[in-house]
Order: sequence, then C-alpha cells, then structure tokens
Amino acid sequence: MLNQLKEGLFISFNAILANKMRSFLTTLGIVIGVCSVVLMSTAIKGVDNSFQQGISSLGSDVLYIDKFAWFGNEEFWKMRNRPNITYEDYLKFKSLAKLPIAIAPQAISVRNVKFRERTAESIFITGSTDEYLATTNFTFKSGRFFNEIESEGGRDVAVLGYDVAENLFPNLEPVGMTVKIGGYSYQVIGVLNKQGSTLLGSFNPDKQVYVPIKSLFRHFGLNWRTITIVVRAPNSQLLEETKLEAEQIMRQVRRLKAYEEANFSINQQEGLTQIYKNTVGVIQIGGLLITGLSLFVGAIGIMNIMFVSVKERTREIGIRKAIGATKKIIMTQFLLESSIISLIGGLIGLFFAIILSYVINQFIPTSVQISAVVLAIFISFLTGIVSGIAPAWAAAKLDPVESLRYE
Amino acid sequence: MDDKNPVIIEMKNITKTYIVGLEEVHALRGISLTVRKNEYIAVMGPSGSGKSTLMNIIGCLDTPTTGIYLFNGINVSDMDDNQLARIRNKEIGFVFQTFNLIPRSNALHNVELPLIYANVPKIERRERAKQALINVGLGDRMNHKPNELSGGQRQRVAIARALVNHPSIILADEPTGNLDSKTGEEIMQLFEELHKKGNTIILVTHEEYIAEHAKRIIRIRDGMIEADELVNHRKVYS
Repeated sequence: MLNQLKEGLFISFNAILANKMRSFLTTLGIVIGVCSVVLMSTAIKGVDNSFQQGISSLGSDVLYIDKFAWFGNEEFWKMRNRPNITYEDYLKFKSLAKLPIAIAPQAISVRNVKFRERTAESIFITGSTDEYLATTNFTFKSGRFFNEIESEGGRDVAVLGYDVAENLFPNLEPVGMTVKIGGYSYQVIGVLNKQGSTLLGSFNPDKQVYVPIKSLFRHFGLNWRTITIVVRAPNSQLLEETKLEAEQIMRQVRRLKAYEEANFSINQQEGLTQIYKNTVGVIQIGGLLITGLSLFVGAIGIMNIMFVSVKERTREIGIRKAIGATKKIIMTQFLLESSIISLIGGLIGLFFAIILSYVINQFIPTSVQISAVVLAIFISFLTGIVSGIAPAWAAAKLDPVESLRYE
Repeated sequence: MDDKNPVIIEMKNITKTYIVGLEEVHALRGISLTVRKNEYIAVMGPSGSGKSTLMNIIGCLDTPTTGIYLFNGINVSDMDDNQLARIRNKEIGFVFQTFNLIPRSNALHNVELPLIYANVPKIERRERAKQALINVGLGDRMNHKPNELSGGQRQRVAIARALVNHPSIILADEPTGNLDSKTGEEIMQLFEELHKKGNTIILVTHEEYIAEHAKRIIRIRDGMIEADELVNHRKVYS
C-alpha cells in the first residue's frame, strides 16, 4: 500500500509539473479561499484582542447613568424628552448611594488642544472629579490625576491621554507644561499610559484630556447639558445589586412614582460587548460565506480539471489496468492528485495570508494563529479530496479494453 | 510439442456477444482451446474475425459471455475486477503493438510498475527491474524516457515490463506492427530466446512470416477456430 501511495505521489507530481500553468490556475480558487479564511481569522483575532483591551480599560464593574440608553429598543424621541442628568442629580445620588466604591460625574466637551504651534483638534475634554480615577483602571506614564482640592476648587489642571501627549509633546516631558484648551490655559499634571483600543474611537482614553468638572463648567458653560454619573461596583459579582440600588436611588432623586417609567438609563459595558459580538458575528458569517464561495468555485475548478486529466490519460489508465492496477489504486492516484493540487493552493494561500497579516498588523496588532494554519491546510486537503471523488471514480471504472483503444 | 507440460489455459465453448445499438454482435461463437506451458502460439485472422476479443479474454481484460475459462485451473469467467487485476498483474505479461509505455516515466520506472502494483519491496523491485532491462539488452538505457528511445528499444522495454513479474504467459498483440522489418526481426529473435528459456507465448499477428516463428498457429474466422496446426508438421488438428 505504501509503495502504491508513493507511486501515486510520484505520478501526481509528474502530472502537476507537466501542466504547471494549468495546475496553478486551477488552484486559484483555493488560494483565494484559504487566504481569506486565514486573513479573516487573523483580523478577527486582532480586533478581539483590541476590543478586550479597550473594554478592560472601561472596567467590567462600572455602570453609567445616562439620559440615553446606549443600546436597546427605547425610542429616541421618548428619551430626548427626558430631563437632563444634572450636577445636582449627581450630588444627591452620591449622598444616597451606599454600595458603590466610587461615584463620579462626567461631562464632555469637544475642543482643540494647543501647545505652542502644535494643535490636537476635536479632542474629547472630559470633566470629572478626583473620584473618577477610582472608576477606571488608569495607570500613569508620568505625573498624577487631579486631587480633591484641585477638583473642588475647579483648578485649571489637565491630565492628557497617551496619544494626545504624544501628539503635542513629541520630544518633551508634558508634565509641568501649560496647554491651551479651547483658548484657556491649563497646567498639565499627568500623562496616562496607553490604555484603550482604536475601536472605541474618540472615547478611547488615549485620545482624551481629563480636567476638573467645575473648571469645565466655568469655562465652557455646560451646566445646561446632560452629564453622566459613573458608578463603580465593589466587584463584578455585586454589579447587579449595585445596579438595582442605583435605579432605586435615581427614582428617588427624580421623585418618580412606582407606576412611572424611569426617565434615565443605566448603561454598562456588557451592552457594548453584546453589540460587539453581534457585529463580529455578522462579519464572520459574511467572511465564511465569501470563503465558502471561493472554496466552492475552487473545488469546481479542480473537479473540472481532473475530469480533463482523466480524459487525457484514458490510455495511461488502460495501460495501468492491463498491468495490474486495481480500481482502488487508480482511484487513490487521482484523489492524491486532486488533493495535492488543492494542498499546493492552500499553501500558496497561506503564504499570501501570512504576508498580508503583516500589513494588517500595522493597523491592528495581530498574528496568524496556528489553529488557522492547521484549519487552512485541512480545508484545502479536504476540498481536494471532495472535488476529486467524481473524476477519480470515473477513472477507476474505465473499461481497460476501451481505454487501451483510446487515441 | 510436449503434451506432458501442465495446462495453463483451458477454454471451453467461449462466446462473447456485444450489444451495439439494438443489434447483437457475436464476436466469439464457441471457442475451445488448450494452452500448455512453454507453447509458442500465433493467433491469426483477418480484422473482425474476433482475434482481438479472444486476446482480451485470454488476457483477462474482458470476460466471456458464456463458456468456461480456466487459468491455471482457476475459473476466471466469474472473477470480479480486483481478482482479474491480480491475474493480469501476476500471470500475464502484455506486449502491445503501440508499446503502451507510460510517457512521463523512464524505462526503469515503466518496468517497475507491475512490481509496484504487486507490492514488491523497493530494493528487490529495483533489482528485478534492472535485471529485466539488462536481459532485453537495455542495461544502458534505464533512465531514458520512452520518447528518447527508438521503436525497437521501446518494445524491448515493454517486453521487460511484461517479463518482470515472471508471468505464466506472455501475450503479444502485433508486437512488430509498428516496427521496420529489421527491428521486427530482432524482436522476434528475442521472443525466440524467451520461448527457449521456458516462457509460454501467445502472439497475435496477421503476417504469415511472423506467425512462422511460432510452433503452433491458430486461425480464427467469424468468431470460430478455423484451423489449429503445428508449424513443423503442417497438420490440421481440429
């Protein structure tokens, strides 16, 4: 049997080498299919990593009390008519809530930030209190977050996100420098380490600047706008309980009667994860469809060329049968040939995918997974076998007398 | 002819009927034939006489419609494809008019092929294939591909391939049909030697002077044996 497998391999390589161009074109569908399946899994892995990193900077045990729900079926116009969440709401909530380990207000204004001739445009300026730090997992590259005194006094001090600092101070230590935010002078007291992920867009902490909320209100007059109350539960296990308490307290703050609908929303990162999973799911299904389609086209191509190959080699098959090849031997020979063609396609596809993954790596840090490589090889081999069955069977059942007569 | 030699082929009342369209074609109409070890037989007949069909059945490439075909005492008539392939591999050596070598393989590999299908281990296989090529005078052409060999050399490779598995019979279908007369004569000399060494040969031809090399001539016409004679005695047996 081993002898015959070796012979089959020998014949296959001979046949493929004799028709290099044809074999290559045949395998193109497999090349594209395998390339796309590997690239997709690589890209998704990268996006996943990036998302997990981003989401962990938000904290899995943090609640956001907002005027609007981040996700869900509530109608926008209904939510728009809700009262704004005010700084006073925050103060009342803070005085009543018992479970949370940290409660902070969050107001956002979009401004340009300048240092000398350099400008970072449309930066999210987040105003909050010193307690905000405890709602995050921030770590510092240099300096510190603003303290209670600076917060209460509404001092003009700023903490820069990593990207903002990189942008404004390419070769300078920012701490101690003065930047202009929307025209007002702020002293830089801290710079964050790289935290988040590009997926979060402008909400990425790396692209934000943090200032005391009272300073934000004083300069940019945002009292009339809605704010967010950021609440951190002691741990993820107590998140639900903390959420229930928060809901109760907010109803109390808003003086809602038992039958009245809540006129606020309590958001959490879980919703974001859900949305993310749905989106990635759709991308995966789409990718799978494209991959499946190109593999299908590839399989048809191989089947087609194998039928041609069987036809061309009818006489050879007759000779082999005359000198003792059984159906099984002929069948194995052609199955080997089709799977080798397909496997070569798979390896070429893999090669391109690995090269292209370096390109992807420039945008989303990722690398080709071993599992994807194994999957690609397995898929291409399987495609070869499946597409070879019909032609191989046609070859195996050829009549030796007829095929010896074939010109 | 030594009648004490063991019987290799015994055919009784073999018929073969093809259906072409709606018509039945009777290619063979009752052939009975006995071939003993070390016989050298020429089968002759005009085209359409059924001699090719007979050769295909003797060579186990085809099975008879009715009748009994015993090969070394084993009934071949109702064997399945795999069993027939095994008989062809071990017991029959084919030599064709058009040589029928595998074009992309060199001489040595062509000769090795029956041994590969017989599952002979590699080292022994190489040795036997080389020896077979040396025996037909092609020791220096082993690594040549068929298109690098002359017609006579190709036929020698085919003969080496036919012999390599030590078959019970060698079945040669117009082996000189594609060769010039000088080369054809050389091939016939080779068959002569093989016969002397104890091989059993059945040769299909329509050339009288080729048939003269054989010891027994069987003439076929309209699917039946017309004459079965020993060349030396010129005596009709049937």
